Amino acid sequence: MDVPAELEKEIDERITHYPVSKRSAVLPVLHALQHHFRYITEEAVEWTANKLELEPIKVLEVVTFYPGFRQKAPGKYHIRVCRTLSCAMAGSYELMESLCKETGIDRSETSHHDPIAVSKDGKYSIEFAECLASCGTGPVCMVNDDFHEAVDPAKTAAFLENYK
Amino acid sequence: MGKKKIKYIEGKEPHEREYRLVFKNVDREGWDPSIETFLKEDGYKQLKKALKMKPAEITEEVKKSGLRGRGGAGFPTGVKWGFIPPNNEKPVYLICNADESEPGTFKDRYIIHQDPHQLVEGMIISCFAVGANTAYIYIREEFPEGAEILEQAIAEAHDHGFLGDNILDSGFDLQIYVHRGAGAYICGEETGLIESLEGKRPYPRIKPPYFPAALGLYMCPTIVNNVESLCDVKHIMEMGGDEYAKLGKPRNTGTRILCVSGDVQEPGYFEVEVGSVTMGEVINDLCGGLKKGRKLKAVIPGGSSAKVLRAGETYKIKQGDEDVEIGLEDIPMDFDTLAACGSMAGSGGVIVIDDSRPIEWVLNNINTFYAHESCGQCTPCREGSLWMKKVTDRVVNGQASPDDIDTLYSVAKNIDGRTICAFGEACSWPTESFIEKFKDELVAATNPDNSGELVSPESELAAAGLK
Ligand SMILES: Cc1cc2nc3c(=O)[nH]c(=O)nc-3n(C[C@H](O)[C@H](O)[C@H](O)COP(=O)(O)O)c2cc1C
Ligand code: SF4
Ligand code: FES
Repeated sequence: MDVPAELEKEIDERITHYPVSKRSAVLPVLHALQHHFRYITEEAVEWTANKLELEPIKVLEVVTFYPGFRQKAPGKYHIRVCRTLSCAMAGSYELMESLCKETGIDRSETSHHDPIAVSKDGKYSIEFAECLASCGTGPVCMVNDDFHEAVDPAKTAAFLENYK
Repeated sequence: MGKKKIKYIEGKEPHEREYRLVFKNVDREGWDPSIETFLKEDGYKQLKKALKMKPAEITEEVKKSGLRGRGGAGFPTGVKWGFIPPNNEKPVYLICNADESEPGTFKDRYIIHQDPHQLVEGMIISCFAVGANTAYIYIREEFPEGAEILEQAIAEAHDHGFLGDNILDSGFDLQIYVHRGAGAYICGEETGLIESLEGKRPYPRIKPPYFPAALGLYMCPTIVNNVESLCDVKHIMEMGGDEYAKLGKPRNTGTRILCVSGDVQEPGYFEVEVGSVTMGEVINDLCGGLKKGRKLKAVIPGGSSAKVLRAGETYKIKQGDEDVEIGLEDIPMDFDTLAACGSMAGSGGVIVIDDSRPIEWVLNNINTFYAHESCGQCTPCREGSLWMKKVTDRVVNGQASPDDIDTLYSVAKNIDGRTICAFGEACSWPTESFIEKFKDELVAATNPDNSGELVSPESELAAAGLK
């Protein structure tokens, strides 16, 4: 695993935000690595552990707990659709179905421990997320770091035009 | 109040019933998150005032204001600050809870994205009051832009001497850092949050002894407050505690932001004086009423963890010294009345449900959330939250028997009160209250023909031909 010098510099700076305990930097380091490599590999866990002088299990247990860390490659565009009540009332399940159809993603193999489904061409991946704190403008979703409100399940083809 | 008239973006003007204090700059025309814009509106003026006061005097103002935490529990902020042990010699930390993860709640998002300096100013004042030299903003991972905006705001505040060493020559030092979560609801619970900030799984700590004000981050006194509460501190400085306490009602002071979603014409956020609007006014005036031809079925008044209220119910509450009976639509939206009606004001997230929604579908959606989010430390919560979801899955799929509803109820009752953190209540209250109030409808969704097929580990093995 090649961590570019620039990225390592950014990580080193982040670690200074936790003068009392380097361990506190586990989440920010993982975020930086995931942002760059798109998911957390075994090597990334080792690298983080080394960096923060921790046993690797202390990093791995964090990676496996938090839904925000992925252990497999997402698509180029990773979509998170809010599943929770207000969005579901506004049509988020319909949105999920429509996005899957449009991207050719089959979600039937997903589970609690493996929630992400990827399209065959690797361009898109999708998962449900829980309440994204925008319940008044549902259904909402995120594509990578972009946030979208009131996404119309009937217009997902046009919606995906922005992500080609 | 002689305030100059503020122009808001067309179509996003506040409702005439609103009282904009914390949301004053949200959706404001010509407003942006930069410090220049903030300074033009007397930004950081309250900080300057605060730094000339004694820390204890600020805490006293916050106590006088009657401010109750806006994150969910409604605990008086000034009282919480007072819990830092008097002879403490350890460092003190302040953490802003920007996890905003309670379903139905969407207010902190707008403060963070549109008015970050209000929060930063409120935090600096609060840190000065409690003696914290390091503070963190714990922000949910799903606000990536919000995290950047906050970091930018912090950098700008540094450049202007409002953060860093010897702030405005007061001798007070403070660093604020942004810490991003990673998509787990339980990180909103303050002790789970602290564990997460220590770089661990966010397993909540048991109280006592781990009250953060005494034993928090790195086992040091730590004040955890919600974004909105910390913004309120700035306005308490501006108005004075006594004046602030005149807003709202006794014991339920100030303003609060209601977030309304679900089956209303115009969902949205509304900052009102606490208790100044009733549930009916929220639905019919603020939100333009129910959808055409629909009838109200239920309301979840304070985030998905709050107990559901059923349309047509009546509640006995005290008005002054008198006992009165009121209906759902008459409930004033304040902490004490919602508690007296058997639910809670919680996080301010109001979810309106009309008669088009099968009640078992609503409950199942909520149960799916909690089953996904239990941290797994306590057996009743870990097993029970999943069990409740499995039972409501069966109800939704037409596979449940009427007995299942009783099972469901007993599972919920066996979680509540038997867990490390309040997630136990949060996940069991929906099921308990939905059954208490909608048992008829839930039972109607079951079928006695489904009885008798007891599923046990043994029967599952037998069915799989293994025994
Ligand atoms: C399961 C659970 C989730 C919570 N989520 C949040 C949250 O997202 N944001 C928040 O401010 N408080 C949340 N709280 C409440 C916090 O534990 C804490 O009481 C609050 O941040 C204190 O701030 P306040 O006194 O200003 O309200 C949650 C509590 C529980 C039990
Ligand atoms: S009640 Fe649930 S969420 Fe809270 S500590 Fe126990 S298992 Fe975790
Ligand atoms: S329910 Fe989707 S954002 Fe809250």
